[in-house]
Amino acid sequence: MTVALGAVSEPLLAIRDLAVTFRTEEGDTTPVRGVDLDVLEGRTTALVGESGSGKSVTSLAVMGLLPRPAGRIAAGSILFRTAAGQRLDLVGLPATEMRRLRGNAIAMIFQEPMTSLNPVLTVGEQIAEQVRLHMGLPRAAAFARAVEMLGFVEIPDARRRATDYPHQMSGGMRQRVMIALAMSCNPRLLIADEPTTALDVTIQAQILALIDRLRRDHGMSVLFITHNLGVVAEIADHVTVMYAGEVVESAPVRDLFHRPRHPYTNALIDCLPARAVRAPDGRKIVRSIPGTVASAFAAPGCKFAPRCVHAADGCATRHPDLGSGVEGHAIRCLRWRDL
Amino acid sequence: MTNDPLVRIRGLTKHFGKAPALVHAVESVDFSIARGEMLGLVGESGSGKSTIGRMILRALDVTAGEVVFDGTPIHAMSQRQLKPFRRRMQMVFQDPYASLNPRLRVRDIVGEALDAHGLARGAARTARITELLEIVGLQAEHADRFPHEFSGGQRQRIGIARALAVEPELIVADEPVSALDVSVQAQVLNLLQDLRARFGMAMLFISHDLDVIELMCDRIVVLYLGRVMEIGPTDAVCGDPRHPYTRALLETSPKPDPDARRTRNLLQGDIPSPVAPPSGCVFRTRCPQAISACAEAVPPLRRVGAGHAIACIRQESPRSEAFEGRAYPSSAGTDEGAD
Repeated sequence: MTVALGAVSEPLLAIRDLAVTFRTEEGDTTPVRGVDLDVLEGRTTALVGESGSGKSVTSLAVMGLLPRPAGRIAAGSILFRTAAGQRLDLVGLPATEMRRLRGNAIAMIFQEPMTSLNPVLTVGEQIAEQVRLHMGLPRAAAFARAVEMLGFVEIPDARRRATDYPHQMSGGMRQRVMIALAMSCNPRLLIADEPTTALDVTIQAQILALIDRLRRDHGMSVLFITHNLGVVAEIADHVTVMYAGEVVESAPVRDLFHRPRHPYTNALIDCLPARAVRAPDGRKIVRSIPGTVASAFAAPGCKFAPRCVHAADGCATRHPDLGSGVEGHAIRCLRWRDL
Repeated sequence: MTNDPLVRIRGLTKHFGKAPALVHAVESVDFSIARGEMLGLVGESGSGKSTIGRMILRALDVTAGEVVFDGTPIHAMSQRQLKPFRRRMQMVFQDPYASLNPRLRVRDIVGEALDAHGLARGAARTARITELLEIVGLQAEHADRFPHEFSGGQRQRIGIARALAVEPELIVADEPVSALDVSVQAQVLNLLQDLRARFGMAMLFISHDLDVIELMCDRIVVLYLGRVMEIGPTDAVCGDPRHPYTRALLETSPKPDPDARRTRNLLQGDIPSPVAPPSGCVFRTRCPQAISACAEAVPPLRRVGAGHAIACIRQESPRSEAFEGRAYPSSAGTDEGAD
């Protein structure tokens, strides 16, 4: 898929055939392989998967934050389109250039803001510090800008709250501060790794609405990593599903929920309590996926085959490629046409 | 077997610490659990749901109010007097990693309860442990293993087997699936339903996830800042929610349906601190329907249908009025006490 440079249809971020290996005492493992993922300009792509699916390792690889020296990108490319229309491969980018990109064109927010914020500085000082570094503003102007940023992420009474320390704020307010920090350098791509997972549901809804508003107002793109399919339905334009380190399906959000093509995606949606079905005895039950993900990494063929109700003879031995399916789906399944 | 409830709590109250930092964790909560009933306690952080569960089990002392188990008040009993009641109620915990002793084999984790109550010895003990493991979907050979050899879902099964060992009449399940991946969560939810159908024990099911509560429970108690907001049969509370907080919870829970997202409305502000709960109705600072009278007195529970009651003086308001014109607000509220 080659598109002329600068063309509107070219994704802001295009990951192709990414593989990450970790060196361990028992030898090398490859927790992520065969990852293809696009984030379009001004859109939100959700990367969804269960524990061990490789979604967080993928996001760390994009940020150049894989733990060193154990982790490294073994194959593939991560193409990022700069503001000047230049196409940069983040794989193999020198550390100094990567650092310049991170916190400027690409920003990241995490599940637990407390671990990313400095506990001995007020939140206003932390944002001001960032603003000084990036915009070269003098101290007073930087602090004024920090207060403005806090208002911008809808923190009430921003001038007063700017003098609070992180521990004086609720989890939702701290996540807003993280978002203000991330937005202070006008990123073109925001990577959000489970940003609402630790929050109560009414607060989660506020943060999702905030991220979505910032995306719309600033034409920013978002890569949203989550295990929660409800959140995916709420925020994503496009969804990429991972299982056992591989992308198994990728599709526009409505298609994915209304017509999942990969048996794993289908089963994952069916597992949700909201999709419970009536059993013959009248009880409501949730359909579950038998077995555990543990068996998947050793599987020579399709990683999902040991748990798949549609698995046929070839599935256990032949490893399927990620192929293009119907209506913008990409599917890694030998049998999707028959299902 | 009588028609009296298995558990009845009256005016149950729990305060932690002392003034000026007195935490009002639970304030004057009344409800009962029928024999064999699955009762759901739902609420966000600080709602007091876990504290109530622990007071019923007498894992926490009550500050005020009564806990009556099978007709006998147990809230003031000594540990010695409680012993016969301990066997009749058990707990299943959220964290399947922290709640199992890592140094004990599964046989002894499950067997400990049998030993404590002198229920089985020698060959009978071994047979009973095997039976319990099979009941929860594990195998006899798992008895010799240690907790670290199991996945999260399997550990939760071990915790359930331990609870079942003494044939309790009540199980308090505190967020039993919150730490599990969605595909594994479905397996454990179905197991709990099977066990209830097979053994007929009552269950107090505590969760922040309304979808899970709706699936599992016969009746629901909605809590906010230590007080009951709404109580009633599941179909009534979820199908015709009458309290503004319950409506907000239902509306803000992310639905796995991308077409549902346009209808979502947001609650403003943060959950107030339980150290300084608002006067009158504790929900009024975030309530879209609040009027000045809401600050004056704690609203009593009033009946709005069969077994259905709410703590709201504005119950007469038509449903549609609740969130009129408040979809996707562009700025957060500036409620006093929002923190």
